[in-house]
Amino acid sequence: MSVTSPTGAPAIAGRRQARLELWQRNARRFLAELGRQPIALLGGLVVLAFILAAVFAPYITAHDPELGSLRQRLIPPVWQQGGAAEFPLGTDGQGRDLLTRIIYGARISLLVGFLTVAISIIAGAGLGAVAGYYRGWLDTVLSRFADLLMAFPFLIFAIAMMAFIGPGFANLILALTFKGWVEFYRLVRGDIMSEKTREYVEAARALGRSHPTIIVAEILPNIVQSIFVVGTLRMGFFIVTEASLSFLGLGIQPPTPAWGSMVAAGRDVMLTHWWVATLPGLAIVLLVPALNIFGEGLRDILDPRLKVQ
Amino acid sequence: MAEPLLELRNLTTVFPMRRGAVNAVSGVNLRVQPGEILGIVGESGCGKSSVLLSILRLIRQPGHIAAGNIFFKGRDLRRLPQKKMRAIRGNEISMIFQDPLSTLNPVFPVGEQIREAMRLHGIANASPLPWPLAGRRSHEKQRVLDVMAEVGIPAPEARYRAYPHEFSGGMQQRALIAIALVCEPTLLLADEPTTALDVTIQAQIMEVMRRVNREHGAGIILVTHNLGLAAEFCDNIAVMYAGRIVERGPAQQVVDNPQHPYTRGLLACLPQISRQRSRIDPIPGEVPDLAGLPPGCAFIPRCSLARDACNSVDLRLRSLQANQYARCILYEDGVRYTVEEFS
Repeated sequence: MSVTSPTGAPAIAGRRQARLELWQRNARRFLAELGRQPIALLGGLVVLAFILAAVFAPYITAHDPELGSLRQRLIPPVWQQGGAAEFPLGTDGQGRDLLTRIIYGARISLLVGFLTVAISIIAGAGLGAVAGYYRGWLDTVLSRFADLLMAFPFLIFAIAMMAFIGPGFANLILALTFKGWVEFYRLVRGDIMSEKTREYVEAARALGRSHPTIIVAEILPNIVQSIFVVGTLRMGFFIVTEASLSFLGLGIQPPTPAWGSMVAAGRDVMLTHWWVATLPGLAIVLLVPALNIFGEGLRDILDPRLKVQ
Repeated sequence: MAEPLLELRNLTTVFPMRRGAVNAVSGVNLRVQPGEILGIVGESGCGKSSVLLSILRLIRQPGHIAAGNIFFKGRDLRRLPQKKMRAIRGNEISMIFQDPLSTLNPVFPVGEQIREAMRLHGIANASPLPWPLAGRRSHEKQRVLDVMAEVGIPAPEARYRAYPHEFSGGMQQRALIAIALVCEPTLLLADEPTTALDVTIQAQIMEVMRRVNREHGAGIILVTHNLGLAAEFCDNIAVMYAGRIVERGPAQQVVDNPQHPYTRGLLACLPQISRQRSRIDPIPGEVPDLAGLPPGCAFIPRCSLARDACNSVDLRLRSLQANQYARCILYEDGVRYTVEEFS
């Protein structure tokens, strides 16, 4: 690779502007790489569409997601006989517009996925960095605790915990992150342990940097990409788990629209009115693989080890 | 004599291993005067790098400095609290490592790394103008560009934002020297700075280091396995074997008139450029395992002059001639019997 030279740049540029230019350059490079991976790009676009729909839900649909009209119960989707243009995807057993509920349901799914991943990263990466860098008894205790949590299947653990602390949004996040941090803990701990032996860490010590500064300012920028990739991949997993819990009645409670509970509600009329359960299920099937594909594309783009090939 | 810049007294660094304690450095006495270039020469694994890391107190756990003093400008670094030690590292004593690419952090532009080293020790505040007049940041960057130019990085403005992997090996090493120089240290520790580079680049890098020495008056300790390089570059040379100094003296004297069999062996290993194909005589055997070293001279198994007495005598560095010392049974007897002391 050649030396990039910002020719004609002013002799002395502000640090903030330098950072901004750097960021822009990286963003452009990232988008260019993404363009070379059409499948990952497609995944990213689907995710983006869901996010936009969730954010602008009230502007997309005029219906109330929680209040229906009993006179408009179980109207089929618009392409079937008896469908109405007012309800493109039909209505459910309580006469609520299915499209509206799916869009508002995306809010729950994405929020749960995002919050769970964010909290798991903060807790897991923080503890993993400390444990991997300093080792010692703290590392032993944390790692054994992580092993203990790893021994439980995720869903079983989440079900047990939700049954114990009761349903609700905050409890749901708590149940998911209580085990979710382990993944990031192990990732960051391992990465820090291997990065710590590299010479730039020793050089930073020789420059007079303190241990905390070395973790945050020297090592973390080197491993942040893998945290990011795993975070994206785990998001899909958390969304499915939330849907499973809501399906079982342990997660988000009706009438708040969540995809899992919507599928559960449509179960009884599955044979006669297929769309009530199937369409929310399709939303899950669309969003989660899209997230995974996007995450794997991210890994291909960001992982320097793969890039060498 | 003026107060030395650095003085090691009986420095002993130990790594406890399962197979026994390894004395990577045992009882080393050294002195570096301000502006002096001292070469530490020896094979791999004879404790050269451990001396440098001991000076900065960066020996990896469970290794530690077991005995001795490290006087730097009169202060004993061994007794300094961590925080004060950190203020010295990179500021008053800088280190240059062997492999520049892995020493630079791969995710930051080179210029930023130099700047960070400077900011770490608050050098940036040393603007000649008060703050509102000279933007502190622009002053910082100007200083970085100056240093980059000084170590011979062409077009520093253009390279400021380049990443380490975008540099060639020689440029990376220059960047590393720039990081070491930016705080204007009085002592520079160079750990095989040219080993990873080819010969022409090696010469350029040594030239940069010599200029640093002349223009800033920085003392340098150059650790190398290349006796030829040390002879050319250094004022004084210390030859290390198995954690001990076996010979010490002015560079030219040591090379022209080596006293210790090990030094002679090292010299015989140097390839010469000449018309006839001359033989390279390798020293037989290899550096011994430092764990559980028997008493007596550690060089016995490889020494052609070894005799029975070598096993029993507690050898010391003996003064031979003007400032030249060697640790060998040859000099234990009779006339030249003078114990080397620093007083």
